[in-house]
Amino acid sequence: MSLPPCVSLITHPPIHYCRHTNITFPRTVFALIIINKAGGLIYNRTFHEGGLNKISTNDYLVLAGTFHGVHAITARLSPIPTPGANRNSASSAGTMTRPEPPSGLEVLESENFRLQCFTTLTGIKFLLFTDTTQTNVDLTMRRVYEMYTDYVMKNPFYQLEMPVRCDMFDRKLLSYIREINNR
Amino acid sequence: MSQPRPPPTSSGNPSAPPQKEPSSSHATGLRYPSNGKTIYHRHLSRSRTAELSQASFAYLFSEMVTYAQRRVTGIQDLEKRLNTQGHPLGLKLLDLLLIREPPRSQSRPLNIITLLHFIKINLWQHLFGRQADRLEKSSDPDAPDEYMIIDNEPLVNAYISVPKEMSQLNCAAFVAGIIEGVCDGAVFPARVTAHSVGSKEEGEMWPGKTVFLVKFQPEVLEREALIGGKG
Repeated sequence: MSLPPCVSLITHPPIHYCRHTNITFPRTVFALIIINKAGGLIYNRTFHEGGLNKISTNDYLVLAGTFHGVHAITARLSPIPTPGANRNSASSAGTMTRPEPPSGLEVLESENFRLQCFTTLTGIKFLLFTDTTQTNVDLTMRRVYEMYTDYVMKNPFYQLEMPVRCDMFDRKLLSYIREINNR
Repeated sequence: MSQPRPPPTSSGNPSAPPQKEPSSSHATGLRYPSNGKTIYHRHLSRSRTAELSQASFAYLFSEMVTYAQRRVTGIQDLEKRLNTQGHPLGLKLLDLLLIREPPRSQSRPLNIITLLHFIKINLWQHLFGRQADRLEKSSDPDAPDEYMIIDNEPLVNAYISVPKEMSQLNCAAFVAGIIEGVCDGAVFPARVTAHSVGSKEEGEMWPGKTVFLVKFQPEVLEREALIGGKG
């Protein structure tokens, strides 16, 4: 796994800034990876040829495992939610009773791509590789998550924690991402 | 499918036992609403607001398929089980839907075409909020007893991807069971099976396209010939 030299780690919600004013990149979603709660790679799909270099499936597995580990450690680093503060905010919010889990690494950015991570309450991680200038990644992520809950979790033939092999999910995901990439 | 209406289970039974005591409800594991109004207390003609959440149906159906999958010997066996789960619904729905018809058209369908139209229009409208897409008679002269009800995207399969090793399976066998129940209830004994045809012709447009093949028993055709299809 070789990352480009310039890598910045950000553990807060993404601050959008554009560094590529001199080069016009097409706004593209490159790839999606889903990692189960044990750190295993359960889904891996590349959408855009030529956006990212090809790496072997084995390397993707290593990437998933490594990211999972780094995510766990950065989550422990994160000092923000103290129990007292959490209870206060929970009572003021009214309906929220469960404290937000400490968020670990959320965005990893290199010169050529940006990796956004979304962790579900059940511990599944969605990793979206996009162009650095891509906007509305949160929205895209949300939609991908919705598709996952629809076409994977409601499928009687899917076994939890196992690799995702659902035609319907593939089809809907591809058509959605194609729509974004052609915009 | 803006108004998904999965099969209501027992709303068609007007003579159901009255509400039990709360103590006995613990024993059966059933829970009753605090105002004591169960599904049996609703008026039979109540049909407008009887919509259910598609998501909850999807999870329920998913569990039904998983349940049916236990201890099955093969795909045929699994489809048979799903069919059996749907059959009683069809029997009950026939009565319920007829009773909801205006009084002059409450009679039971008396010939094959009326029956199939009843299924395509009334039954589909009730279960799925729309009509079935097409109704066809088999063009094969050797199989005059076969009719086809075609649904381009069955609601029950909305979220189901069948794995490659089970490609023969179509979970709409459950709906086939409901159709079979309606046919049996109307005294048109038939065998109904669900088949996926999405991968063949015009497959790109409707990948989930399903044909419900209705094969009537010989005596049905015999009777139909005697009465000349007039009913």
